[in-house]
Amino acid sequence: MRARGSADVAAGEVILSVEDVSLAFGGVRALTDVSFDIRKGEIRAIIGPNGAGKTSMLNVINGFYHPQRGRITFQGKARTRMRPYEAARGGIARTFQNVALFRGMSALDNIMAGRTLAMHANLVFQFVRFGPALNEEVAHRRRVEEIIDFLEIPHIRKVPVGRLPYGLQKRVELGRALAMEPQLLLLDEPMAGMNLEEKEDMSRFILDVNNIFGTTIALIEHDMGVVMDLSDRVVVLEYGRKIADGTPDQIKTDQKVIDAYLGVAH
Amino acid sequence: MDILYKIFLDPFVQMGAAPDLLVQTLWDGLVAGVLYALIALGFVLIFKASGVFNFAQGIMVVFAALTLVGLYEHGVPAFLALVLTIAVMYGLAFAVERVVLRPLINQPDIILFMATFGLTYFLIGLGELVFGGDPKVMISDQLLLPRGAYEIKMFGGFVQLQKIDIAAAVIASVMVLALGVFFQKTRIGRALRAVADSHKAALSVGISLEYIWVVVWFAAGIVALATGIMWGARSNVSFALEIIALKALPVLILGGFTSIPGAIVGGVIIGVGEKIGEFYWGPLLGSGIESWLAYVIALIFLLFRPQGLFGERIIERI
Repeated sequence: MRARGSADVAAGEVILSVEDVSLAFGGVRALTDVSFDIRKGEIRAIIGPNGAGKTSMLNVINGFYHPQRGRITFQGKARTRMRPYEAARGGIARTFQNVALFRGMSALDNIMAGRTLAMHANLVFQFVRFGPALNEEVAHRRRVEEIIDFLEIPHIRKVPVGRLPYGLQKRVELGRALAMEPQLLLLDEPMAGMNLEEKEDMSRFILDVNNIFGTTIALIEHDMGVVMDLSDRVVVLEYGRKIADGTPDQIKTDQKVIDAYLGVAH
Repeated sequence: MDILYKIFLDPFVQMGAAPDLLVQTLWDGLVAGVLYALIALGFVLIFKASGVFNFAQGIMVVFAALTLVGLYEHGVPAFLALVLTIAVMYGLAFAVERVVLRPLINQPDIILFMATFGLTYFLIGLGELVFGGDPKVMISDQLLLPRGAYEIKMFGGFVQLQKIDIAAAVIASVMVLALGVFFQKTRIGRALRAVADSHKAALSVGISLEYIWVVVWFAAGIVALATGIMWGARSNVSFALEIIALKALPVLILGGFTSIPGAIVGGVIIGVGEKIGEFYWGPLLGSGIESWLAYVIALIFLLFRPQGLFGERIIERI
């Protein structure tokens, strides 16, 4: 495993770049002229105090919000407006701050839902559940079982996710995102509300996803220890503006970041 | 004492004295129930996938039946008219998504509910404009629906089963089974359930809400067409049918707004309860209780099981 924060991805190809993005809700400015990029294969952390615009940034990237100004280039294609399912089709998967699972469905069905885009059998075959549609179900089920094994959750396969403890729900949600075999994985506070052991498990999965599948990851996290350990580069937002961008070591010693987190006497 | 006797004993004595009449009443209730269930099914499909209570479901039944008969009257062969009507229902689903649902995305549920009111009046107007307001006769013979009845001897009397009613029950069962399999076992079914559970999570895995909405409204349109044909074959096709759609409300309260099996069981309970109530207890109250009994049953039910028989129980953490 390569050392975190090392320079080997520094020169890598840019998979996503955000240029001068501004987003406002009426008079509330959520993001102001934010620019940064994410390179192929890296783990990129987005940090900042509460209300800094981190989740808004993820929502812009995966098409939930449409910025008023600015440009987003993903895999060489520039766009300002995009629907969420188009982002998903383009290879962007995500998890949510407050777990958004399909509560009535089993863990297995939730993760299978992540394969929706990869499945193509037409409606008529699906209706009779015959021929191509059945083969397709079986093939995708196999991929999903691999993900379930990878995340060490085979025992909860058939359990409706609404009944699972929070830590496992987060894991199922990660599984659903992985089932999409994304180019870019957005994780919104993957460790919020977890105990130490759960955090360690989740950190391990994130690193494995990055190392084994080579998935590029952008994550929002409040636990600074986790951020410093996991990420290659960190971007810091405050009041919707970017105040710092660099390796974890650079960020740790950045005066603006320290002020933002600890407050500064005016 | 006399009144207690009339309420608690006399009806059961009557049932025992003429079991053939009891069976006949049960059968009539069952058939009415199946048709209520079909209407309720249309509501459930749309409510599940979009959280919209579609007030226009009743008028969609009328509209589908009117289109079918109207096309036939204009010289289109019966089965071609059936295919064309299905196409019209698809067009309707598509238009509803474009014109009604998409502009109102992220609006409160009550706004969408009101929009379906608007849709109701639009469809009434459109139906009258194109096909006229007169009641029409369903083209049952041309669609090869059976006519006549079987008379089965039992308990010294006989029970009459209309063939059209048997056909209705069979068609309804097949439809419900097909929808059940579709919802549980296929990709699009899974996508439908996903949308029902969480819009944003569904979007994040690449499900297009627009597409899913067209699919559910189309499915509800097909169910409406089947309902329209069956109701139309028993009475005739007119805008009065719309009133019957309101009977779906107690069915939904009983069965739960999100459950397909619930719609069926609820429909049958309401249908049977209504006919039995009318036949055995109706005379006590001067008859005509059929028109309101369903609502009373639903009201009592609400007190004890507000989520319905099969509905999801809502538990919120605070």
